Amino acid sequence: MFDYETLRLIWWALMGILLIGFALTDGFDLGVAALLPFVGRTDSERRMVINAIGPTWEGNQVWFILAGGAIFAAWPFVYAISFSGFYLAMFLVLAALILRPVGFKYRSKRPDPAWRSRWDWALFVGGFVPALVFGVAVGNVLSGAPFRLDSDLRTVFDGNFLGLFTPFTLLCGLLSVAMLVLHGSAWLAIKVERGPVHDRARAFGTVAGLATLALFAIGWGFVAYGEIGYRIVGAIDPAGASNPLRTTSEIAHGGWLANYGLHPWMMIAPVLGFVGAALALFGIRRGSEVAAFAGSSVAALGIIATVGLSMFPFILPSSIDPHSSLTVWNASSSAKTLGIMLVVTIVLLPIVLAYTSWAYTVMFGRVTTQDVATNPDFY
Amino acid sequence: MDLGVIDLSRLQFALTALYHFLFVPLTLGLSMMLVIMEAVYVMTDRPIWRVVTRFWGRIFAINFVLGVATGLTMEFQFGTNWSYFSHYVGDIFGAPLAIEGLMAFFLEATFVGLMVFGWEKLSKRGHLFTTVMVALGTNLSALWILVANGWMQNPTGAEFNTDTMRMEVSDFGAVIFNPIAQAKFVHTVSAGYVCASVVVLGISAFWLLKGRYIAVARRSMTVAAAFGLAGSLSVVVLGDESGYALTDNQKMKLAAIEAAWHTAPAPAGLTLFGLPDVAARETRYEVQIPWVLGLIATRSLDKEVTGMSELVLKAQERITSGVIAYDAVERLKVDRTNVAQRARFEAHKRDLGYALLLKRHVADPRMASPQLIATTAWDVVPNVPLMFWSFRIMAFIGFFMIALFGAAFVLTSLRLHTKTRWFLKLAVIAIPLPWIAIELGWMLAEIGRQPWAIEGVLPTFLAASSLTRGVLWTTIFGFTAIYGTLAVIEVRLILATIRKGPYEHDEDLPGPAAARLATATPPLPLVA
Repeated sequence: MFDYETLRLIWWALMGILLIGFALTDGFDLGVAALLPFVGRTDSERRMVINAIGPTWEGNQVWFILAGGAIFAAWPFVYAISFSGFYLAMFLVLAALILRPVGFKYRSKRPDPAWRSRWDWALFVGGFVPALVFGVAVGNVLSGAPFRLDSDLRTVFDGNFLGLFTPFTLLCGLLSVAMLVLHGSAWLAIKVERGPVHDRARAFGTVAGLATLALFAIGWGFVAYGEIGYRIVGAIDPAGASNPLRTTSEIAHGGWLANYGLHPWMMIAPVLGFVGAALALFGIRRGSEVAAFAGSSVAALGIIATVGLSMFPFILPSSIDPHSSLTVWNASSSAKTLGIMLVVTIVLLPIVLAYTSWAYTVMFGRVTTQDVATNPDFY
Repeated sequence: MDLGVIDLSRLQFALTALYHFLFVPLTLGLSMMLVIMEAVYVMTDRPIWRVVTRFWGRIFAINFVLGVATGLTMEFQFGTNWSYFSHYVGDIFGAPLAIEGLMAFFLEATFVGLMVFGWEKLSKRGHLFTTVMVALGTNLSALWILVANGWMQNPTGAEFNTDTMRMEVSDFGAVIFNPIAQAKFVHTVSAGYVCASVVVLGISAFWLLKGRYIAVARRSMTVAAAFGLAGSLSVVVLGDESGYALTDNQKMKLAAIEAAWHTAPAPAGLTLFGLPDVAARETRYEVQIPWVLGLIATRSLDKEVTGMSELVLKAQERITSGVIAYDAVERLKVDRTNVAQRARFEAHKRDLGYALLLKRHVADPRMASPQLIATTAWDVVPNVPLMFWSFRIMAFIGFFMIALFGAAFVLTSLRLHTKTRWFLKLAVIAIPLPWIAIELGWMLAEIGRQPWAIEGVLPTFLAASSLTRGVLWTTIFGFTAIYGTLAVIEVRLILATIRKGPYEHDEDLPGPAAARLATATPPLPLVA
């Protein structure tokens, strides 16, 4: 069907699409959860916020699980090294995400205000912590992870949890929080009735939008002038065996900007990041909610695509042994697995998108305080 | 190789898997029972069935969220704790997991939202459709995860690639249609059906004993009796023995379950009782039923069941052969084009994994003495007493379930189920039993697989990530604290839901049904 090189490119793009899919769908759930204790002050306001994402967050979360599964299948090296390398960070994310399903489901089971308030903060953690850690993780991917491979391709790590936090990675974490809070407030603006909650969501959205623009710009500065970046030296065989030890890479400060010189069209990605955030800000201020949500979606797409394109063909560089770095050309599954999985995806993904759209259509419309007071099925 | 790290990683995986598996079987079975109950509602148009469906739907939802929350950890644990495993077999093992996400998780997660929230927004048939999709998604999810697990027990359709130092897929059809995976799927899914049936049966019996919510309890019990009988027969009859004796590992598992230290002449007897003595490699005080094991394991009276000692001798040969493959791989690393070494590798590659068993004792398997190879071969024997007793308890519960549901089926058919108090009490007491059997079954499958992560391919002690004991203890404590708290909350919520019973405001029931519901005691103030 396709040759090995093309399959690897397709799967690299699909990995990006899955991560963007996660950011666009579950991203607003994370943002809404992080906003929950602040945009809703009374119980019925908070229930309105929760039910604005209640019926669909579960399906949205699958994008995260699917991205994990697809990386396992198509990029086993990336899955093996990143998840064990960022071990405690992954634990934090999982622990926080565990609070989400139970928070939604169990909060409403008892009227006790203390009980509900505890779950509200649990939901806040379930939204804020993953948003922050995902950003920090992306920052670490850009800076390189401290691993090396032996001749059996076993991984050895030489890092610790605190080492994950540097000024640059924290900046990425904050950018991720700002981006998802922007997206979440844009969703709330669409989904809850006009009133106090709606107004507070717009206020938080404004701050998040400005923060997204500023942090993305500062991040760009770090990439241009900070001490990060890698490049491949020597010949590349894009159809070669998936064995990282057969490519050679080295640290090259500013290297993440090289692709934009070689392929100027890639500038579309950062431009979309800025334009999207600006559009979201404009939409939120002007009260045109669809424009705001479209803008925050475009911003997330542009920012994630910027990371992927800047690093191409790197996926996970090693900071202690650049020779072990994982790239598009040396870390994939076999051509056979990539081919089979592509067919499976082409068949199933449109079906998934179809019934997901149907689910959103069924649940179309704003959530009101009236709804949460009368509908027995609401959380 | 730090064995402390391996043991802690195994402990953590076992804890999360056992915990995950408390919720999944109930989800599997209840989703199917909801389909049956709601289908009756749509077909008969009798509102009481809507009350029945909505009540069990609430129990389902409380349980479902914890299945999801714990499943999230499971999916990522391969990467976090079993990094070398993920690299070594990701080319094959990752595919079913990804397909599970795409084909099953999306289906169940998207439709479960509509199932819970859609009662007012969808037509009757539309809502039934969402329930069917949730059940389908849940069962498909079990299929794909068991295809992955079945491959770990019987790794067909894959070959070691010396260029990438990992297993790669050669025949994906063989991975999907792996007979062990198919047998496991039927066995596991049926066990989930039984689990849910016992829960519905037991809770209904509790209500009938207390004289509450009779209308709902009676109907729920009817569904549980029929569905549970079919499920319990399927667990035992279709059981996973059809997969046995296909591979060395399953033969070893069978021998360990039977504590058969030596091959006995055919037809083998089934050991009903005995005390396996690991040090002496014999079983004391054996009580055997002649012929039965031969019938079960080989479906014949003339084939013998191989004993552990004989399987260990075979392992010893395979280790010796594997060392040759290992040597060839090391030479191919230096010179990929060496034709002679390539031929040596091809001749012995089937046994490469066995050479890796030696890495527990020596860094380079080629340095192993014949003496070491002979002792290492005994590593392939799993924990015999654990296997022996786990199986017996599991099987006993399995047969008890058939008896329980047989009785339930007869009593409901005779319309005696609301009156037979001894049976109602028995049904309440039986509630924990399926969980015991299911967890023991999981232990049999997974501990019986030891010392292999992937049978004959990758030993467990090599599969772990490079982590420290400190971080592993941190996460074990963390997960245990979170999961422990959630388990307590979940059980309390389910108990509160049971006490409160079906919602009166669910529907406007016609006269007699409403009157029966109204005989209920007033709801306790614990829940909203």
